Amino acid sequence: MRLNLEFKGGLELLFGSVKCHEVDLDSNEITVEKLLVWIRENLLKERQEMFLKGKSVRPGVLVLINDYDWELMGHLEAPIKDKDSVVFISTLHGG
Amino acid sequence: MVRQCEHCGERRQALRRPKTGHKVCRECFFQLLEDEVHETITQNQLFKKGERVAIAASGGKDSTVLAHILSELNTRHDYGLDLFLLSIDEGISGYRDDSLETVKRNEVQYGIPLKVLSYKELYGWTMDEIVKEIGRKNNCTFCGVFRRQALDRGAALMKADKMATGHNADDMAETILLNLLRGDIARLSRCTAIMTGEEGALPRCKPFKYTYEKEIVMYAYFKKLDYFSTECIYSPNAYRGYARDFIKDLEAIRPRAIVDIIKSGEDFRISSTARMPVQGVCSRCGYISSQKLCKACVLLDGLNRGLPRLGISRTRGIKSTKGVADIDEKSTVAEAGGNGFSKKLSLEF
Repeated sequence: MRLNLEFKGGLELLFGSVKCHEVDLDSNEITVEKLLVWIRENLLKERQEMFLKGKSVRPGVLVLINDYDWELMGHLEAPIKDKDSVVFISTLHGG
Repeated sequence: MVRQCEHCGERRQALRRPKTGHKVCRECFFQLLEDEVHETITQNQLFKKGERVAIAASGGKDSTVLAHILSELNTRHDYGLDLFLLSIDEGISGYRDDSLETVKRNEVQYGIPLKVLSYKELYGWTMDEIVKEIGRKNNCTFCGVFRRQALDRGAALMKADKMATGHNADDMAETILLNLLRGDIARLSRCTAIMTGEEGALPRCKPFKYTYEKEIVMYAYFKKLDYFSTECIYSPNAYRGYARDFIKDLEAIRPRAIVDIIKSGEDFRISSTARMPVQGVCSRCGYISSQKLCKACVLLDGLNRGLPRLGISRTRGIKSTKGVADIDEKSTVAEAGGNGFSKKLSLEF
């Protein structure tokens, strides 16, 4: 499954200062929860606690699947399929 | 499952609003948010027709969205305001210089003129130089105190009648909590006011007082508004960070907690026996102050005399100007070995 991941709001610094990542996963369909595990094991370069907290993202990080709020789709249980775009935006910085 | 917007019933739901729990489409979200800000402005009479308003702009998410929405509402509802952007350059390399580029772009995008004022020209010190002098602790104390004054000076220079800042609901809740944790009764009693400073100093207001940070970010994302978003390199040690983490955890469990904390803060009543500082003016620069010398003067003195802890460490007794009492009020810091300080403070407040 091919996905477009985007990290914004300063999160890109945890991913080698690269905002957009095109990734290839082995499964056909996964949940956000499983995607986070995958990101932690394969993409996250440093300072895990800035992005993740427990099984979920750190509070203050917004998640959008194909530009829709993940809160509408079940949060961690939200399904992700081939060619989906997942955007993570951090709100934790100055305004 | 795809569901229709709970507001218009037509378009697909795009996000869940934290304050209300409503699931709405993008277009309704824009309209609802803009209408709510408009209502906050009118219900609290934040502006008068013809006023010259400085929008404190850092290039960050809140001030960028504020500039966008305020200029939009100014036109749509005919506020008749003369808007301009005011930015402060604290001299933090790799942070502020980048965000200033964003404000310069905002100037063009929104057609609002921009004025930039720097710590260097105002105080003779950049934040980088200050941190080198005092180390990595209490940096935000210096920066916050200096910036507040810098904004007032900038606004006065530009003949503004009022200033608008992008402080949002999350910021307000954090501040209330912070003041509670520190036992700062004076600030606790003032910090929820949506407009402050009418007694002499330039009034400043917070149109986003009830606007959730999540919504500001979503608005900017969907509208593709250009903003700068990196944590200040000196901020990780700030105490506010703890309050922020706590608020974010609370929001995850019960999103209304943020507006509810603000409501609690607004309805606090200070006991009549609590000792409160009396507002006066700084004897040296004339800025608003509850002590003989304002905090900025105390901090600057410390810097220029090589006493970085001045104004930071707690002193015994009520008078926190202990330690600067030996400075002749009429002497200038330039004479004491400063760098251009006295010249810049010829502005009167």
